[in-house]
Amino acid sequence: MAEIQLRGLAHAYRPNPQGPQDYALKRLDHTWRSGGAYALLGPSGCGKTTLLNIISGLVMPSQGQVLFDGQDVTQLATEKRNIAQVFQFPVIYDTMTVAENLAFPLRNRGLPRAEIEARVRETAAMLDLTATLGDKARGLTADAKQKISLGRGLVRRDVNAILFDEPLTVIDPQLKWQLRTQLKQLHKRFDFTMIYVTHDQTEALSFADQVVVMYEGEVVQMGTPEELFERPAHTFVGYFIGSPGMNVLPAQVEGAVAQVGGQQLQLPRVYRDLPAGARIELGIRPEFVQAGLAEGLAARVERVSDIGRYKVAKLSLGALPLNAVLPEDMQLDGDETRIAFDPAHLHLYVDGRIVSGEGR
Amino acid sequence: MDKPVNQKAWFLVLPVVLLVAFSAVIPLMTVVNYSVQDTFGNNEFFWAGLEWFDDLLHSDRFHEALWRQFLFSGIILLLEIPLGIAIALAMPRRGWTVPLCLVTMSLPLLIPWNAVGTIWQVFGRGDIGLLGHTLGQLGVDFNYTSDALDAWIIIVVMDVWHWTSLVVLLCYAGLRSIPDAFYQAARIDGAGRWAVFRYIQLPKMHRVLLIAVLLRFMDSFMIYTEPFVVTGGGPGNSTTFLSIDLVKMAIGQFDLGPAAAMSLVYFLIILLLSWIFYTVMTNAGRDRKARAHAAESIP
Repeated sequence: MAEIQLRGLAHAYRPNPQGPQDYALKRLDHTWRSGGAYALLGPSGCGKTTLLNIISGLVMPSQGQVLFDGQDVTQLATEKRNIAQVFQFPVIYDTMTVAENLAFPLRNRGLPRAEIEARVRETAAMLDLTATLGDKARGLTADAKQKISLGRGLVRRDVNAILFDEPLTVIDPQLKWQLRTQLKQLHKRFDFTMIYVTHDQTEALSFADQVVVMYEGEVVQMGTPEELFERPAHTFVGYFIGSPGMNVLPAQVEGAVAQVGGQQLQLPRVYRDLPAGARIELGIRPEFVQAGLAEGLAARVERVSDIGRYKVAKLSLGALPLNAVLPEDMQLDGDETRIAFDPAHLHLYVDGRIVSGEGR
Repeated sequence: MDKPVNQKAWFLVLPVVLLVAFSAVIPLMTVVNYSVQDTFGNNEFFWAGLEWFDDLLHSDRFHEALWRQFLFSGIILLLEIPLGIAIALAMPRRGWTVPLCLVTMSLPLLIPWNAVGTIWQVFGRGDIGLLGHTLGQLGVDFNYTSDALDAWIIIVVMDVWHWTSLVVLLCYAGLRSIPDAFYQAARIDGAGRWAVFRYIQLPKMHRVLLIAVLLRFMDSFMIYTEPFVVTGGGPGNSTTFLSIDLVKMAIGQFDLGPAAAMSLVYFLIILLLSWIFYTVMTNAGRDRKARAHAAESIP
């Protein structure tokens, strides 16, 4: 397993990119620690697959370098990089048996027969495929096929990293859970470097130690699942992670006072010299909005939905829509309520990016 | 649960029954009727039993035409299928050249068959034809009107020119259905060009190839217009295929009984061979599945 370093990496699919809008992947410096489990999270078209394909060598970046353990591999062909990649739709060789599928990458590399057999058996045991080794691969279920795709990577001892491109898209929900657990166990046992692309936040948060959130070709935040939840560095992260997502409220801020939805709010920190004309927004997660108070900001109650362990109240603060998470047993009486924001979790964003204020 | 029974529903299929009767069943039965009778003109017919069939199956003329027909179909299949696959593989997968290639490929398919025959008939002539004349200038004695081998060459080349496109288009459609991920996975697995063809492209083309082989076999086995225009079945009988022979017999000699018997035998041969091709090629796939299934059930 290797450490993967990206240096000044950028990619445009067009030959002569004019501006940032032409880049599928904007300039990026990043290090993937050896043995780390990373998730690349973002909506469709945000550049995650491009980034993955650059690492595996399927796409040649327009700028920058890719280094494996300090060695520049940017110009190296895919098959020489020793990368395993699992795709969204299971790729299996239809006419081969499961065993032949697993042996395929080794046969192409000209390994001795006895060694191939030993490794195939070992890999099949790791993935619970031993019983189906002699079967034709095409008759198998989607999850078994996806395991074979993974197995073709695991069977090679020299793999630098395993890349997953939304591998569970076509898998049944209950099997998804099983397969993900199995992946995590394999990761613990063998210490692979894993990069896992997904647009499903649950998948990303449960799989990875470090989650990298991408938006419009840029990495907007990288951190542990807790960091992403507690302190989203970008309004997109706040909105994309969490259910319901973070409330983003346009506001005017003057020092420690904010005007939001026609009301005044004292901020926990002081913000000076905010750029004029910039988009200023307050971010607060629904979990940190308290409702049904005796005093605070006045809000109207639009609708309360019960989602099991908690309730989500749709409120409006002036003209601004706002979600609040309420405890399961709480009732909101009447159309009007008073709300407050937890000061430790209230963030200020300038043009989408978080700004730290000064303590008061 | 009882199914509702309503005999009036038969009326709904009546239009189709009538249409099929007039377009297929009645003409076919007329042929069957001719095949067991003899006539000396004046629309008077006599019962002949299976005499015509007996004659036909023991006639050298029929055997030779049948053998020529098999040889022709075999040759063009051996040429057109691999060539079609090769061209489809070489065609671009994206970009503005794709429609260009597709249109160019379709052109031969759009030309009327007798025009194709005329084009090649002129093209191959030694006096005014570009091909024939050029070959003559190069010192090659090429004359399809007097040399049987030359006649075969021009007819085979003409058929390859005319119909390889069909195989190409079918194979190309099959290739296009392969997601990029397969090629990417193959690169990651270190597969070479041959392995990609053998394990990804060929299996994905399996179905369209079945259709291509069937269509090309049936069409080539019934070929009439083009060789009739180019060689008229000659020199001698060297390019007289079954259909040409049949027309000679039915319309040239007006031997209705023998011609009808030959039509039926011809029809049965095509039906039988198409069925064999189809069964063999679909079973090649199903067998594998069945074997996999059998292996699964063993604990």
